Amino acid sequence: METLERIIAEHPFFTGLDHDFIALMVGCASNVHFKAGTYILKEGDPANTFYLIRGGRVAVEVVAPQHKPIIVSTLSVGEILGWSWLLPPFQWKFHARAAEDTRAIALDGKCLRTKCEENHDLGYEILKRFAQIMEQRLEATRLQLLDVYVVRR
Amino acid sequence: MAEEQHRILHAEQLAKLIELLSCKGYRTIGPCARDGAIVYEPIESSARLPAGWTDEQERGSYRLKRREDQALFGYAVGPQSWKRYLHPAEVRLWSAERRGGTFRILNNEMRPKQPYAFLGVRACDLAAIKVQDRVLIGDKYRDGIYEGLRQGVFIVAVQCTHAAATCFCASMGTGPRAQSGFDLALTELVGPAGHRFVVQTGSERGAEALAGLQTAQATGADLHEAEAAVDRAASEQVRSIDTVGIKELLYQNFDDPGWDNVAARCLTCANCTMVCPTCFCTAVEDVTYVTSHQAERWRRWDSCFTLSFSYIHGGNVRTSRKARYRQWMTHKLASWIDQFGTSGCVGCGRCISWCPVGIDITEEAQAIREAKRHGNT
Amino acid sequence: MTITTTTEPMVSQPYRVRAVSKETPDTFTLSLTPNAGSNGTTFQPGQFSMLWVFGVGELPISISGQPWQRDRLMYTVRSVGQATHALVSQTVGSGIGVRGPFGAGWPIEAVRGHDVIVVAGGIGLAPLRPAIYHILRNRKQYGRLVVLYGSRSPRDLLYRKELASWVRQPDTQVLVTVDYGGLSWRGHVGVVTTLFKYARLQPARSVAMVCGPEIMMRFVTRELEIHGLKREDIYLSMERNMRCAVGFCGHCQYGPYFICKDGPVFPYENIRTQLEKYEL
Repeated sequence: METLERIIAEHPFFTGLDHDFIALMVGCASNVHFKAGTYILKEGDPANTFYLIRGGRVAVEVVAPQHKPIIVSTLSVGEILGWSWLLPPFQWKFHARAAEDTRAIALDGKCLRTKCEENHDLGYEILKRFAQIMEQRLEATRLQLLDVYVVRR
Repeated sequence: MAEEQHRILHAEQLAKLIELLSCKGYRTIGPCARDGAIVYEPIESSARLPAGWTDEQERGSYRLKRREDQALFGYAVGPQSWKRYLHPAEVRLWSAERRGGTFRILNNEMRPKQPYAFLGVRACDLAAIKVQDRVLIGDKYRDGIYEGLRQGVFIVAVQCTHAAATCFCASMGTGPRAQSGFDLALTELVGPAGHRFVVQTGSERGAEALAGLQTAQATGADLHEAEAAVDRAASEQVRSIDTVGIKELLYQNFDDPGWDNVAARCLTCANCTMVCPTCFCTAVEDVTYVTSHQAERWRRWDSCFTLSFSYIHGGNVRTSRKARYRQWMTHKLASWIDQFGTSGCVGCGRCISWCPVGIDITEEAQAIREAKRHGNT
Repeated sequence: MTITTTTEPMVSQPYRVRAVSKETPDTFTLSLTPNAGSNGTTFQPGQFSMLWVFGVGELPISISGQPWQRDRLMYTVRSVGQATHALVSQTVGSGIGVRGPFGAGWPIEAVRGHDVIVVAGGIGLAPLRPAIYHILRNRKQYGRLVVLYGSRSPRDLLYRKELASWVRQPDTQVLVTVDYGGLSWRGHVGVVTTLFKYARLQPARSVAMVCGPEIMMRFVTRELEIHGLKREDIYLSMERNMRCAVGFCGHCQYGPYFICKDGPVFPYENIRTQLEKYEL
């Protein structure tokens, strides 16, 4: 538990948050492991947990008929997996599969969002941090869409 | 530099000068009136010189008009410049033949059999030759073809005593008086004292040539009249470009909405680049014979106004007319300074006359300055 | 490093194809050797040659081989049109005309003692490979080497065996990503900028060399600045229409620069304003 506390407290995502609150997060945190190939979360399932990746790699995927799953992005050490737990309808929009043996810290999203409703100051801090993650992912996704390596005639 | 000396050459003696140059092995190129314009062509005698002709030029307009006298050089400039001869429109760089899976270059050098003598070089055109010297033989690589053609050219400059409405060399600091870079400079005087030229030598070679002609002592009155005539050509000029800070002005106004204004008129016909005496862009083309055993590499004049000029895989960079006009004007007046240390424009005014829609570079330069002044950031 | 250019810069020298290897479905590496009687030439990493196929045309192609080898020149060519298709279709023994090398290359001498971050997109890795070769050959003269490489998909990755070997070099980090992964791809998926968070950088002592599509280079440059690199320590390799390669034809002008002789490598600081201009 002490190691967890240090990891969470020192992670850029949690820096600057209230000490009591961090203690609360640590209280609902747990170390988790996923063997390569297992699904960490699936599209459509209720979203109540998010993950701080400590090792390995996670593939965010889309499954469609006639297609094999398409990986839209991968996340690795230090990155946060999942934000759909924060916003209604609290449902995962994509699959996330451990591309390699992956270890992470699972954090209680349901608990956190309840706290955010009660304490708007906390809510603002959390949303600010997620907004930044979403912005980075959106920018990267747009670049991906541009398909810059293709030569159009 | 040879000792400066002024002599008087009577008009009839000009024919002797041409003869003399021919004897010395030069191929003389001079002005002729043909097809309604003054063009530069090989001449063997003074008979072909455009005696009694002048030009009336305005935006999008060029007309030859009869003079009241028989002046031989009483016009400004026509659609051609000396780059026609020094930086020819079509040059074969080399040819190659295929053999045994590889090829062999057959080096066909393009050197003229005789050096040129240019008769009738205006101050602006002299400045343009110097500009092209800097670009083609004064930079990192030397253009061997230009060098070969340029070497040993005998230049007979003619000081302007008539300015067209499109001339603005005075504001560009390139004329109307040619100061250096010539072998001989003539100022034509037509009046009661007779049809004659005040001749100034600009080199040893020029002095040597002059020594082979019948000349008279130039009087103070002659020199005064000559100087006044050229001064008049300067004061007659109605157009100008304010060159102070023009580089920064153009660099900083890349996004000025004024460019749309000129783009709406520009046809990207490339006339301006063809008549401009300093434009040097070329296309390199590989040609193969039907038998496919021989190939040639050619160099041809090209223009930044063509759509494919900026083509890289996937598309053209300067697709819009606006981008292409802006490129030409910015290069000519601004980037050229960073690239070669001088402006690329010599104020000859050809682009103004020969633009079919009458776009005036001096007006466009002023428009940008006004836009800046009136607070367009 | 000496550079030998042909005495007449517009004349092609005959070379022969000694090997053609396929890198990806549309990209091939040609190895050329000068005809007998020729001295060959060395080059600076980042320079390019004009390659001529008899009867087809001439193209600027970056040199992608080992800079210290006089007896051969290597070029990685992507077939995107008629002329490139002709180049990659050449068989061993056939003749190709070579002019050059031309241009200002990567500042490998000036950045000795620094960490080097190489960021490549697609075929952009080809002109960077000679710089990587040079650094690895003179490993002690440089600090940390970080190679970040992004391509469209796994089958578009160049030099896969070499990438794997570079990883094993001392104080060297190699990260690869693709825009579109497949089922069998176990690596990163995402644009090359997403690799930055995994890179072990020491920005204060780093210099970056970037090559790829212009959009990619702009985003990468921004990312490098966010990570603390100074503008004058970032180098980009630019591209425009090149015909003569010696500053005479005027086609490759980019603002006041001729990409063929002032570039193709530029410090970012020098071209920052140009990069912002649309249709320049």
